[in-house]
Amino acid sequence: MTSYIPLSLVELALASILIVVNGAISVAYGLRLEKSLAVASLRMVLQLGIVAMALKFIFAQTNPLWTLLFVTVMAVATIAEVIMRQERRLKGWRALSLSASPAFLAGLVTTLVALLLIQPQPWYAPRFLLPILGMLVGNSLSGVALVLDTITGAASRERRVIEARLALGATRHQAFEDILRRGLRTGLMPVLNGMAAAGIVSLPGMMTGQILAGVDPVEAAKYQIMIMFLIAGATAIGVVAGGFAAVHLLTDDRHRLRLDRLTAPSD
Amino acid sequence: MLRVDKLVVAPLPPLSFTVANGECLAVEGPSGSGKSRLLRAIADLEEARGHVFLDGAERSEMRAPSWRRLVRYAATEPMWWTETARAAFPAPTSTARSQVSSALAALLADLALDASLLDKPVSDLSTGERQRLAFARAVIDGPRVLLLDEPTNGLDAASQARVEILIQRELKAGRSVVLASHDSSQIDRLADARLQLARPATLPRATLAADATLPPRGMTQ
Repeated sequence: MTSYIPLSLVELALASILIVVNGAISVAYGLRLEKSLAVASLRMVLQLGIVAMALKFIFAQTNPLWTLLFVTVMAVATIAEVIMRQERRLKGWRALSLSASPAFLAGLVTTLVALLLIQPQPWYAPRFLLPILGMLVGNSLSGVALVLDTITGAASRERRVIEARLALGATRHQAFEDILRRGLRTGLMPVLNGMAAAGIVSLPGMMTGQILAGVDPVEAAKYQIMIMFLIAGATAIGVVAGGFAAVHLLTDDRHRLRLDRLTAPSD
Repeated sequence: MLRVDKLVVAPLPPLSFTVANGECLAVEGPSGSGKSRLLRAIADLEEARGHVFLDGAERSEMRAPSWRRLVRYAATEPMWWTETARAAFPAPTSTARSQVSSALAALLADLALDASLLDKPVSDLSTGERQRLAFARAVIDGPRVLLLDEPTNGLDAASQARVEILIQRELKAGRSVVLASHDSSQIDRLADARLQLARPATLPRATLAADATLPPRGMTQ
């Protein structure tokens, strides 16, 4: 089990040639993607480099406060990312963080479940906690961003229908039931598709990583199966909480539709 | 009796009026003068300062959905969100189910609508059929006050007459009606009182002229 082969910077540089091919295609066909491509590649390298150094540092510490700091930064970054992905955003910090925080909280709760299952020593060992939290929050984030975007978009497009239902005496939940259902489906679809395709169409990233690191494929698959269940759980919790939060924030206690709480569409 | 007390629908001045049982108040005014917004504010669909009472009970004393079952707003352009019209009718309580269905059948007959239209795809219905079905939907569960926003918009003369007869029947049954209409002869036929909404005179002319070049604010008709 010692088949792990370290990479040198030379090999990384060689791999980056493939990005240049990408850029060449963009120039040849006038896609004008070369700038975004360069920025995205550079961001990816920098982000992964910084996070790797941060993790290395934290793993070397014994004080759990460093882990807590990293988790806090992740929480802020998650909420910011969910907000950035909205075409029409809720106004005000309170509403924004209320609607986006399920993405992080759902990941956090399911991470604690994972730690209960894996039982690392100590339970907050950053080598287990941080990668699992990152994976769960990342998936939950996509789901929550989708459900929020679906609901705010549908609410502004279908304003008249919602108000017609309210006028007939529907509660805000009844008036939003179709839209909420659509939002939940949209938010959960990527995870369901991902589970269905895992292993056939794609080998999940974590399993690939473990196999490359020399772990027995069967052991890697076991880990992957557990993570898949946790991802599904984190996404479901985040999507449902985010969906209900969106309906609540877009209406008031007099069951009125409050589109004035949304900003104008961006772009 | 519907009583509106200092209801503020900006930019209109605070409005106070009462509409007795069996009485019809017509709200007149040019497009964009706030007729729809006034009706929506009474139904509590739009936030507005001031008070609205039904038989002495203030609307904040009851849950908003209960208020809107008693004080029913019917928009100019009816909305249908289900495959068939029937599914978008208010669900009757189980005890009243058979009574409602016979009342609905009678109501549709009075509107010259075949009951089979209820189970056809809404997209197959004509504009006039959808408009008349929406009127039936607005009155079938017996609201006490009807806030009708141009209820005969897009109807031919015969259908318009049928709807007006039904409005008069609701009035005879003791309902209060607030009618927003562009049609002065319709107002003559139905209304007991009139409320004229004008563009607010307090705004300087320059502001009004500048406004005219901007897209209309809020609701327009």
